[in-house]
Amino acid sequence: MSILLPVIGILVLLLVCLTGVVWFKFTFLFGVVFPYAASFIFISGCIYRVVIWARSPVPFCIPTVCGQQRSLLWIKSDKVQSPFTSWGLIRRMASEIVFFRSLFRNDKTELRKGQILSNDASRLLWLGGLVFHWSIFIILVRHLKLFVEPVPRFAVFLQNIDGMFQFGSSNFYLTDVFILLSLLFLLLRRIVSSRMRLISIFTDYFALYLILAILVSGVLMKYVYKADVMSIKRMLMGMLAFKPFVIADMSPVFYVHIFFVCILLIYFPFSKLMHLGGVFLSPTRNLKNDSRAKRHVNPWDYPVKVHTYEEWENEFRSALKEAGLPVEKRKIRKSKEDND
Amino acid sequence: MTEERLKKPDEILNDVCLSSENQDWLNSKPDFRKGTYLYSAPLKHQSYLGLPNQREWNPADADWKLPENWKEVILSGMADLLRKHRSFRLFLDICVRCGACADKCHFFLGSGDPKNMPVLRAELLRSVYRRYFTLSGRLFGRFAGARDLDEDVLKEWFYYFYQCTECRRCSVYCPYGIDTCEITMMGRDLLNRVGCNVQWVIEPASNCFRTGNHLGVPPHAFKETLDFAIDEIKGLTGISVEAPINKKGAEILFVAPSADYFANPHWFTLLGYLMMFREIGLDYTWSAYASEGGNFGLFHSAELAKRLNAKIYAEAKRLGVRWILGGECGHMWRTIHQYMDTFNGPADFLEEPVSPVTGTKFENAKSTKMVHICEFTADLIYNNALKLDKSRNDKWSITFHDSCNPARSMGLLEEPRYIIKNTCNNFYEMPENTIREKTFCCGSGAGLGADENLEMRLRGGFPRANAVKYVQERHGVNMLACICAIDKAAFPPLLDYWVPEVGVCGVHELLGNALIMEGETERTTNLRGEALADEAVDDIR
Repeated sequence: MSILLPVIGILVLLLVCLTGVVWFKFTFLFGVVFPYAASFIFISGCIYRVVIWARSPVPFCIPTVCGQQRSLLWIKSDKVQSPFTSWGLIRRMASEIVFFRSLFRNDKTELRKGQILSNDASRLLWLGGLVFHWSIFIILVRHLKLFVEPVPRFAVFLQNIDGMFQFGSSNFYLTDVFILLSLLFLLLRRIVSSRMRLISIFTDYFALYLILAILVSGVLMKYVYKADVMSIKRMLMGMLAFKPFVIADMSPVFYVHIFFVCILLIYFPFSKLMHLGGVFLSPTRNLKNDSRAKRHVNPWDYPVKVHTYEEWENEFRSALKEAGLPVEKRKIRKSKEDND
Repeated sequence: MTEERLKKPDEILNDVCLSSENQDWLNSKPDFRKGTYLYSAPLKHQSYLGLPNQREWNPADADWKLPENWKEVILSGMADLLRKHRSFRLFLDICVRCGACADKCHFFLGSGDPKNMPVLRAELLRSVYRRYFTLSGRLFGRFAGARDLDEDVLKEWFYYFYQCTECRRCSVYCPYGIDTCEITMMGRDLLNRVGCNVQWVIEPASNCFRTGNHLGVPPHAFKETLDFAIDEIKGLTGISVEAPINKKGAEILFVAPSADYFANPHWFTLLGYLMMFREIGLDYTWSAYASEGGNFGLFHSAELAKRLNAKIYAEAKRLGVRWILGGECGHMWRTIHQYMDTFNGPADFLEEPVSPVTGTKFENAKSTKMVHICEFTADLIYNNALKLDKSRNDKWSITFHDSCNPARSMGLLEEPRYIIKNTCNNFYEMPENTIREKTFCCGSGAGLGADENLEMRLRGGFPRANAVKYVQERHGVNMLACICAIDKAAFPPLLDYWVPEVGVCGVHELLGNALIMEGETERTTNLRGEALADEAVDDIR
């Protein structure tokens, strides 16, 4: 159910878009109004979510330490996985965000012959995830050529590397192939493994299908319908300058692509896709392991009811004296005894 | 009625299937079968600590006697925790269910229960969070992975949040560092708000609050047990050691988990401490008021943890010591390393710790002013302040179990290994992905070390035991060293069940064996009174 339903959802969205553009010719709605609205929701939604997280206090210093602490000088500490300095922390966060360091540790544990647990490094998920995210990043950079004039040099550089292979007469982008393969891998592992099926919910599939839809429409636009890049750029630059206009005779696949991107932008801030922002703020990763060297302050700390030494001694005074242990106050009892 | 029979190892493993076919986990309910869940907290201790909704109740009953407005209490409690902890909100928000954590949990590996996968353990709370705190959950319900809060959901929380040892192993593997320990802590905090607590957490916590230690040992019995240890050392070495209690003006306050002076095999670690302190002439004191390093409050709520932890600084201040030394314990060191200074600091009445023997400054502890005994001892050995005879531990082939909290919350990895390597000749590591930050839990931490849930503990301890078996078969390992009081209590029955013939000891027991004390009589036995290696070999011949 949760595997198929999102497919139907995507198809309905596709139908809505095609009817709107081809039948009703609502090109201004789909080409201008939706993108503006989606961008607004995306930007404000992301800011809202990140601000909520960032404003939530981190009462305790709780890094998950993954290496030797800094203690005695002659013991080599792990400066990255047990960061004591800011530089170490930056390196740890960078390794997480750029290379998915934690996922790289992944191993696979199974019961074999009912007895032995075997552990093998299982880096497929790491590889699939890394290829997927880096492909998205490079594809987004490549898209800069549609928004910025002159096109930044690093975008041109990346595009040249990405498109260095040719297929037939036209060049194609490596990232298009990579993202397709990695996306299919991420999708199939959810569907094939019973354990992954169990933990996946509707939204997990929906996000993957949605990105797949964007991908397919984008690929169709470039390789099959050969959309006119210069017209698209004029339209997008017009939008960025807040002087929007619609160019007639744009291929419907362009609108489909834009429409799915809009859906993603709207969906993004309210979904698990916000892990993009969240990973920077995770308290088990972005805190130093220096909590005994530097006091971490809890902003909502409040006094609690404790059992004081005085209360304790009052209860155990005679036992303490009997055992020959020192006490703070002998008086209370003594004066009583004196009276006796 | 027939006695509940404990399953045999292969029976337990036959139950386990790691690729579950039960797909409808949102609707399945926990089975409160004997051997898998914990008993409720006794009324006496609920009231001593002043906990909410005090009553006698039983988790196996249909009626949990919840307060009428329990749902409001839980939901407002959730709002409260979301406001106070970024970790909670963030970890509920950003999980992508990639499944990397699934086979990292020892309880999942030992039980095959899908809700013991860290991702689903969190989904138990996350589904309710979505329903009441997110727009998509309110609008789309089940499609957005949301579900209503009802009594069955609450019971499920109780069952599974007391089936997590807060060991943080899953957090090591999570690409966003989502820490199930945080989720479990919040879950238990919420359960407490409607009065659903367990005996094995509340009773020690209440004891600790009253007497100063989890076992409820009053001061005179505390003195007696230390006196007994002094006698025992005298018998073993001919030397009279000292164990001052509540001594004002001592240089150092020593705090150890109470099991060290009341349980076996912890006892021999205690002997090791006392012998070493005598050998270096340490000016220190025990405290009968702060006679517990461990903190079962941590397994309940941040507030209770803070209430119990307060004693250590209060006592250090009263006694006028310069700094604090802490014994071998797991969650105690999580509390001290990551919480104590925040809870009850700043400890500006103490001085930055300096070893009185070697002059080494413990700069990593300059704010909290509390040093781990393994750091302290490793420094002594490195500076040749101790004379050691490794051969006294020769009858043992030793492996080291990294206790979860010192490993993953502190990074105390090399110090204990350095001590072991300097006190023993035969040391073998378990497989790389079961040690250090990837260490497997004993399955009994975080308040789960009770008798009534023994089957679940044995299941949870299976991955660790399996790694021990590996080194037993390859290297003839017959002793597991560790630095955690719960480990020392949990492992003897656990290893006996899965890997017979492997013993359990503390690192400072090994040190006590190897330590050549000035003026000692010739040692013929180790601290356990067993013949030393040579004679043991002779016996066999």
